[in-house]
Amino acid sequence: MPATFSRSQIEAIASLAHLRLNEEEIELYARQLGEILEYANQVQNIDTAGVPPTASVAARSGADRSDTVHPSLDRAAVLGNAPDGSLEAGLFKVPRVIG
Amino acid sequence: MSQFATIREVRDAVRSGARSAVDVCREVLDRIETQNPRLNAFNTVTRDAALAQAATVDANPARASLPLAGVPVAYKDNLCTRGVRTTASSKILEQFVPPYDATAVARLEAAGAIMVGKANCDEFAMGSSTENSAFGPARNPWDIDRIPGGSSGGSAVAVAAGLAPLALGSDTGGSIRQPAALCGLVGLKPTYGRVSRYGLLAFASSLDQIGPFTRTVEDAAITLNVLAGHDPLDATSAQEAVPDFTASLGASGTSFRIGVPRALVDEGVDSSVSAAFNEALEAYKTAGATLVDITLPYASAAIPVYYLVATAEASSNLARYDGVRYGFRAKPEGGPGAQDDLRTMYGRSRELGFGAEVKRRIMLGTYVLSAGYYDAYYLKAQQVRTLIRRDYEQAFEQVDVVAMPTSPTPAFRIGERVADPLQMYLADVFTVSANLAGLPAISIPCGFTDDRLPIGLQLTGRMFDETTLLAAAHAYERQTAWWKAQPAL
Repeated sequence: MPATFSRSQIEAIASLAHLRLNEEEIELYARQLGEILEYANQVQNIDTAGVPPTASVAARSGADRSDTVHPSLDRAAVLGNAPDGSLEAGLFKVPRVIG
Repeated sequence: MSQFATIREVRDAVRSGARSAVDVCREVLDRIETQNPRLNAFNTVTRDAALAQAATVDANPARASLPLAGVPVAYKDNLCTRGVRTTASSKILEQFVPPYDATAVARLEAAGAIMVGKANCDEFAMGSSTENSAFGPARNPWDIDRIPGGSSGGSAVAVAAGLAPLALGSDTGGSIRQPAALCGLVGLKPTYGRVSRYGLLAFASSLDQIGPFTRTVEDAAITLNVLAGHDPLDATSAQEAVPDFTASLGASGTSFRIGVPRALVDEGVDSSVSAAFNEALEAYKTAGATLVDITLPYASAAIPVYYLVATAEASSNLARYDGVRYGFRAKPEGGPGAQDDLRTMYGRSRELGFGAEVKRRIMLGTYVLSAGYYDAYYLKAQQVRTLIRRDYEQAFEQVDVVAMPTSPTPAFRIGERVADPLQMYLADVFTVSANLAGLPAISIPCGFTDDRLPIGLQLTGRMFDETTLLAAAHAYERQTAWWKAQPAL
């Protein structure tokens, strides 16, 4: 388990997270992520053989509901929050993806 | 009526006609105008809407009889409010105006509460000091050079400074209880699932829970009565029956069995906090409670487990802020006329929109979820999370509540820990395990340092047993006068 991060490792993580970092941030996070993970590594010393993971503490699933149509949010209000929304087309616009 | 009036006092005055809701509201708004430049508790103040809303309470006898009739409330700025800017104290949402109310907000409004503004917080609720806010730090009214705690710091400051008798916050690892402790208030994190999270900007979905800041335990119970209950819009909200949480206050005597995890609380705690904590335990004993030594063997791993689980969930939840559907989009790099490609637009919008702590947690969370490290970090943390839950299950076979200090230290100075994130994370050492186990927990005032900084006592209860938790907190509060203390403004 690495307790230090190389520049290219930090860049790879940032790329997975769609996050651009400047030079200072790359250096800072290389150091700080290492420190935090070194501290977090203490969990490795705990014997968890046969222990099931806890992903949720929800009491029981209350998620089932009948599959019926309900009114949703107002389209104009939702598109009004978009940096580049087209009310006429009812779409969010993004930079060109295919050349 | 004092500016530090309780919810009950405000409500009863409005109900009886002794005060109009508009009068109460105007006084609060005027105080906010005077105090907010100094305390930075609010990101947005909703003066006109608040006065209009208050007028509807005065004009309508049915509304004036509601459980929170005319009670001014501040909402943490990560709770969606229809038509009112909701920023999560982040540049990326600086202009976001939600088209809907969070269920918690809608329930309070339906109960007669009046929104006076949106409270400052750490960006996306990530922090323990409210210093990670794009709008600058909130300040502790007991000493404005110190932090109010976080992440719901602005909510705590609002109630502590008499800028509202009620505020809502969210608590993912202590973000209600720790600022409540540091500002001398009652702060309640209900059981996971007790309160709908619909409309709460998600940080770590398996840990987040909404709850109130109040001056008294009774006020917390009054508010929980309104907040609690199933909501079809939140799949994790529980179907459990909702009792009247005020009914048991003072009714069940004081013979609680209180678990004290000695090994945990005797280490790394400021001496003033230790002294106040031990005095609180003595007060319980004198009143007829039984103190039981317990062990929570895995609780010492709660901080690393929390920061692995919470950052993993955050990295996933915050993927939605990409400059497409809402929030900030970076202008093309090449200036007018140029166009970024899609990936560059995502990356730059997030680079410029998020602050340092949010980026740090997205990076950490992305790493622990990435191929090759998932089992070693994320899965391992979830397994230890199970062991932490079992610790509490065993403890609750012997005791009714578990007592710990809320925070290992009183409020620290602004700037003191910003350069050392790990040191900042340790502020949550006593609070995160309740979130990992899903348990309800409360912080109540239990004393002051020599410098007159508030100290909080934390009680943790069984799943969905807020009734016992609140009764135990109330029993202590009634024997003490800490909750009556007010900061000099």
